[in-house]
Amino acid sequence: MASKASVKESLAGYLFIGPWVVGFLVFTLGPILASIYLSFTDYDVLNPAQWVGLKNFTHLFQGDPLFWKSLGNTFYMVVFGVPLQILMGLCVAMLLNMNVKGMAWYRTIYYLPSIVPVVASSFLWMWILNPHFGILNNFLYMIGIEGPGWIGSEVWSKPSILLMQTWAAGSTMIIYLAALRGVPTHLYEAASIDGATRWKQFWHVTLPQLTPTLFFTTTMGMINGFQIFSESYIMTNGGPVDSTLFIVYHLFNNAFGYFKMGYASAIAWVLFIIIMIITLIQLKLSPRWVHYN
Amino acid sequence: MSMAGAKRIKVGGSFEIKPGKILAHIVLLLGAIVFVFPFVWLVSTSVKPDYELFSFPPVLIPSTFRWDNYTRMLDYLPFFTFLKNTLYVTVMNVVGTLISSSMVAYGFARLKFPGKNVLFVVLLSTMMLPQQVTMIPQYLIFRNLGWIDAFPPLYIQAWFGIPFQIFLLRQFMMTIPQELEEAAKIDGCGYARTFSQIILPLVKPALATIAVLRAMNAWNDFMGPLIYLNSTEKMTMSIGLKLFQSVSGTEWGMMMAAATVMITPIIFLFFFAQRFFIQGITLTGMKG
Repeated sequence: MASKASVKESLAGYLFIGPWVVGFLVFTLGPILASIYLSFTDYDVLNPAQWVGLKNFTHLFQGDPLFWKSLGNTFYMVVFGVPLQILMGLCVAMLLNMNVKGMAWYRTIYYLPSIVPVVASSFLWMWILNPHFGILNNFLYMIGIEGPGWIGSEVWSKPSILLMQTWAAGSTMIIYLAALRGVPTHLYEAASIDGATRWKQFWHVTLPQLTPTLFFTTTMGMINGFQIFSESYIMTNGGPVDSTLFIVYHLFNNAFGYFKMGYASAIAWVLFIIIMIITLIQLKLSPRWVHYN
Repeated sequence: MSMAGAKRIKVGGSFEIKPGKILAHIVLLLGAIVFVFPFVWLVSTSVKPDYELFSFPPVLIPSTFRWDNYTRMLDYLPFFTFLKNTLYVTVMNVVGTLISSSMVAYGFARLKFPGKNVLFVVLLSTMMLPQQVTMIPQYLIFRNLGWIDAFPPLYIQAWFGIPFQIFLLRQFMMTIPQELEEAAKIDGCGYARTFSQIILPLVKPALATIAVLRAMNAWNDFMGPLIYLNSTEKMTMSIGLKLFQSVSGTEWGMMMAAATVMITPIIFLFFFAQRFFIQGITLTGMKG
């Protein structure tokens, strides 16, 4: 049945998507399979990989307190960081959506921190948060508060990184701003004819309309949140007392610090499974609260 | 601080005072000051004489502007080498993704072939895959190729198409009316010419968007250079500055000078291409 023309089109199609297919096989599928295999081996790059069965996984869960510590630290960042960024993004977007004058300027100002390279922003915040000479503690001192040790303190190191991340949460704001502009105005008109107060309009019109965006930003925020690494690598080296040792940091240390490639691969799969379970739960729960028009 | 809001009411000439709007202005303005302040403090620290760094109360505008943090920074490290390397990696990323992502997107958007939908679902699902899963085997591949302390690992994947960017371009290409291509076909245009002469010019804004996103990602990338680069003359700026931190420890003035130099190009890029940044984020919701 296949005509000459359609065969030619198919051929062209495969040629056009060819680069991606090759890239997928070499850089994604191949590595996925290799990584599964490696996670059941001991491999130090120099000697051939030794099959060890489930040893890496049992050690991970039963003999590696640092893994549990890093897992706890990472959950801390996700549990506090994701809502914080979403709340911040949503609030600023709502303010900007009031059609205030100079909105383009405000939008730029709130967005700019999110494009700053992580090395640069980490340096900057190390200086701002310096316990003795940092501007933040100096400011707190002036209003009569003794500031904490920030990144030098076991208790405050994670909040310090959260603070920096909130400063750089501008892209979430842009997403919400776009979503708010997409809410049809006739919905608000109908609501105000029915005598709904602003607060009620927010709960019954704005929020339901925003649920797809809320769902999207939560999901992506969590996926990204679980992969946090650079900030603590640059600012705190995972300390103090491992308080900013995150899963990916632990993985990085094992892979590129101790060359335990097999063990690090096992950590990668545990991380992947955690992310997948949480994403699936979100997908499963989403029909209960996400409204699609 | 509410001046802007108050003025607006007078100019408007009406007596309709909207407290909500004034309040929004005040909150936004205060917030904006808080958000801008770290940038101001960054630049201020970088041009301060040393004796004003630790003074209390803090000095915002230095008594004399000193540029020696910048010149001393250049003595410490081969900064221009870092800059050159970063530019090279960034350009290779952008060129690679423009060519390959647009080709792949064209295939998925406009051509019919068996298995297309399945492959597209595979492509979409790879967008969700955390990079840590493939990181180690990729490292082993590049190591076998002798690409340690070399640039290819930092850009090679862009030459095979970046899933998010393929997706974005495909969405754009889907909106182009089919008639254009049919007319081209009648005129005897092959697929390659239809792609390069009809489709590509029509998706220029989308191409600009992915170029900007990719440039920003390559410029800001930290983990890639951290894993693959180790000699000073091969380092990009992000990893070079990290090295700087261990060399100069607590020389805050110099650290801030270095950070300023790294931030400036990306901020320029933003002001020139603001529209594409915003578009990229609203369309993909991603920084990649």
